[in-house]
Amino acid sequence: METVISHPLFVPLLLALCIIAFAPLAVAGTVLLERKVLADIQVRLGPMRVGPHGVLQTIADAIKMLLKEDIIPDDSNKGMFKFAPVISFFTAAICLTVVPFSERLRVADTNVGLLVVSAMSAVGILGIILGGWSSNSHYSLLGSLRSAAQLVSYEVALGLALISGVMAAGSLSMVEIVRQQQARGIWFVFDNYGLMILPFVIYFISSVAETNRAPFDLPEAESELVAGYHTEYSGFRWGIYMLAEYLNMFVVGSVAITLFLGGWLRPFPNVAWLEIPMNYGVPVLFFGLSGLWCLPASRKLPSAIHKAGLVFIGLCLILVAAVFAIPVANAALSAPFWFFFKLATFLYVLIWMRGTFPRYRYDQLMDIGWKRMIPLGLAAILLNALVGILRT
Amino acid sequence: MLDTMFFYMFALLAVAGAILTITMRSAVHCAISLIASLAGVAGLYLLQKAEFLFAVQLVLYIGGIMVLFLFVIMLVNLDSAAKERQFHRRWAGGAVAAVLAGASALWLLSKGAPSFGSPVAQAAPSPDGNVEQLADLLFRQYLVPFELASLLLLVAIVGSVLMAKKRTS
Amino acid sequence: MPTSFIPTAADLLRLSPDIVLTAGGALMMVIEPLTGAARKARMAAIAVLLIAAAMALSVMAYSDPGTSFSGMLVVDGFSTFFRILVYGCGLLTVLMSVDYFKRERGSESGEYYALIVFSLVGQSLMASANELVLLFIGLEISSIAGYIMAGYLRDDKRNNESALKYFLLGSFATAFMLYGVAWIYGLTGSTNLDTVRRAILGGAMEQSGQMLMIATALMFVGFAFKISAAPFHVWAPDVYQGAPAPVAAFLSAGAKAAAFAMLVRVAASAFFPLSAKWEMLLWATALATMIVGNFAALRQSNIKRMLAYSSVAHAGYILVAVTAHSEVGIAAVMFYLASYVLMTIGVFAVVTLVASKGERFVEIDDFSGLVQRQPMLAIALTIFLFSLIGIPLTGGFFAKFYVFKAALDSNLTWLTILGLLNSAAAAFYYLRVLVVMYMKPAAEGAGPVDPAGIGIKAAIVASAVGTLYLGVYPSAVLDFAGKAAQLVK
Repeated sequence: METVISHPLFVPLLLALCIIAFAPLAVAGTVLLERKVLADIQVRLGPMRVGPHGVLQTIADAIKMLLKEDIIPDDSNKGMFKFAPVISFFTAAICLTVVPFSERLRVADTNVGLLVVSAMSAVGILGIILGGWSSNSHYSLLGSLRSAAQLVSYEVALGLALISGVMAAGSLSMVEIVRQQQARGIWFVFDNYGLMILPFVIYFISSVAETNRAPFDLPEAESELVAGYHTEYSGFRWGIYMLAEYLNMFVVGSVAITLFLGGWLRPFPNVAWLEIPMNYGVPVLFFGLSGLWCLPASRKLPSAIHKAGLVFIGLCLILVAAVFAIPVANAALSAPFWFFFKLATFLYVLIWMRGTFPRYRYDQLMDIGWKRMIPLGLAAILLNALVGILRT
Repeated sequence: MLDTMFFYMFALLAVAGAILTITMRSAVHCAISLIASLAGVAGLYLLQKAEFLFAVQLVLYIGGIMVLFLFVIMLVNLDSAAKERQFHRRWAGGAVAAVLAGASALWLLSKGAPSFGSPVAQAAPSPDGNVEQLADLLFRQYLVPFELASLLLLVAIVGSVLMAKKRTS
Repeated sequence: MPTSFIPTAADLLRLSPDIVLTAGGALMMVIEPLTGAARKARMAAIAVLLIAAAMALSVMAYSDPGTSFSGMLVVDGFSTFFRILVYGCGLLTVLMSVDYFKRERGSESGEYYALIVFSLVGQSLMASANELVLLFIGLEISSIAGYIMAGYLRDDKRNNESALKYFLLGSFATAFMLYGVAWIYGLTGSTNLDTVRRAILGGAMEQSGQMLMIATALMFVGFAFKISAAPFHVWAPDVYQGAPAPVAAFLSAGAKAAAFAMLVRVAASAFFPLSAKWEMLLWATALATMIVGNFAALRQSNIKRMLAYSSVAHAGYILVAVTAHSEVGIAAVMFYLASYVLMTIGVFAVVTLVASKGERFVEIDDFSGLVQRQPMLAIALTIFLFSLIGIPLTGGFFAKFYVFKAALDSNLTWLTILGLLNSAAAAFYYLRVLVVMYMKPAAEGAGPVDPAGIGIKAAIVASAVGTLYLGVYPSAVLDFAGKAAQLVK
């Protein structure tokens, strides 16, 4: 047993299994969050039927999807039609393997981690193109072509933004990039006298486009294209596409966090006296207060089961808060806490943007990509390189 | 052992993909076979510990070039091409030439086989990663070719814009 | 390996012609859209200035010869000679293009001149690279610019055909060369010409002689395509016929000179130890190229096509000198290319003028009675054709003389005899043009030739003067070539 745990592949394999197992759940949670937040922004309630306040809605959706008949259009290219969603999911999942959730908690630390992410997201485009083409439907084809054009265009800007970060870190390894931020005591987004904000902004905008999300969600513009490249997909295969899309959101978020927002580091990593309030105070307060809030809130619920459930959740949260107060556990958990906290914030911002921005027109999208983002990205590289040289 | 297995896997992918690229009828299938072939080559790079080349191969060839290939193929109707005779009438001559060239190459290779693994051809493994080593080579020793490659691309861009721009008259 | 990113002043000086042309060409692309349609002639002026500056800089760089950027680039007599040659070729092409595009399109456009400038960077790199990677990049820059220029008049079907054929076959040939370079790197562990030579001398030959043969053969395919040597010449007639006449001049003069520079440098430095094995191959190629070029040219009625085959034949003569594998041979190659560039540009400039709008008059019969219509033009054409034949008092005579002398010195007696027979046969098709020009009355439809602009006049006069100068005082150029021919110290 000892040898199994101390084996160098133990943590990576376990974590890989966890990613595969929990990714769908995390996606389900994100979908629910998205629907609820959007509903809140639009002053409506959102899903309310399944479970208390509709919390089980996405689980029910997933079960429905699994049980649905598997429909493959007659004139489609069958092999490709079945294979395309797999490419999308596979590439998205591989990207997650090079993301370090904390110093130890990671699947792989290759010295070209960041490049693996770009490479895999580049290959992921194929899933969309082939899916759209093999459906043999005009809506699908147009959606997939739009999507491919968008992804290829913004991939350039994305890469340029990444280069600035890589230059600051001097490495392509995701772990090393965070370590450099630790050594410098600053998140890279604030580095180079604030000049790194420019590549971060470019990265953020491009990553929204890369994930096909509003306001760049042209590939799925419902009013024009029904549902874009996955119009002909249904059931489980459609689910895989959805899964891949949300995983891609996680990936671009993780990369943004690792490269610009300090990865698993707490805010102000250079200020030593903030260690206790940041690593202990924030998680304890965060989990503890939400747990405490659950207790009075449970009284408003209609049925006894719901009440008991919410009280149970509240108690669990308080327990988690208590765990964070234990020094040994805190040392191991505070880093992932910060990572996932930042990731959740990133996702929230993405959802928020979807709720507030109208969709761009196709030519506007291309203009932003080629005429704004790419020149700006080049300028950002030049500026940051110059400042970086002058500083050393 | 595992390395050898992976080598043959990737090599098979590369060669089979290349053969399918030139024999398939549908242009999309050809492009997909080419993608498979390029992916096989990327795998070979990875086996050689050239991680940077591996990633760049995927990003540029599969993510960039081949996606644009597919893009164009899907936009342009190539159905008529699929119905045409695939091979030139003089394929027999071509086959003979190919066989002759292949045989002479094989003969030369078999005669030169002892020189495989000659010490001059092996690059020294570097203590730094492959990326750092490559950057050192590109930005120090090969600085001029590296910079001039951008001129090459500029000329190509000027040319393609020139060929594709709207007619003014 | 150098440890500094910062190049030294000597490094920069030796690369300065290319730097000036690159920066200037990029600048031209920037100001092109900002210049009004009426003022586009300015772009040609800028190109002329840039090329002149590059010429001056390459002369300056020669005052301090040596390698730069860790052996990437070498400035010696040979590279300086070819740099000036290709720049001169570019200059003459720019001069003759001004009127051509005004005539064909009614307006000029700056990209064309920028492309010429970029192409010159590539050709100058081909002449001065001491490294196969840089050589390849130079070749590609020059070729890609050439593909575009060949199809520059997009609405013309012949232009399109020419560009497409050139592009497809050219890329295919380049792929062969690149494959050869990869083999060389695998066998010797380097792409630097000096290191490759040392590796071959130091045992790579014994260890992997067969593989080296494959590698050099692959590279030779690429070279042979670029110099249009048989059997890789089939593109030349179609491309030269279809391309705009000034572009055809540029491709058949400058691009070919640079390709020969590249071939000679590689053959005389890196692969010199293999020269005995190359000899048979070069011998056969030279002979085949001469025969194919000359006998195909005999049957042409289109003058551009005839000139294309004649340029193939000239490549054959030059290959004779390359086969000689001696310093005399290299000097002969240099002298031959100098006079070849001048007479080719000159003859294409005359063809440009006579062809008139839309290149309607490009049959040999269209030259009938030219001596009455345009006596000066006819005299200039006579000089160029005499030089192409190799008649004394023109550069072509001494060029052929030195080539065959070099061949005889290296005991290539049979090749010399066959070459001389070939050049006798070649006289027929050049003389045919002269006969048509002087003896036949002007055809019905042939109107007066459009008045020549100042640029094209200058180009013709400069080429004619140069051709005669090389024919009367060959010693200055030849002495320089003789000194510069020692490529490996």
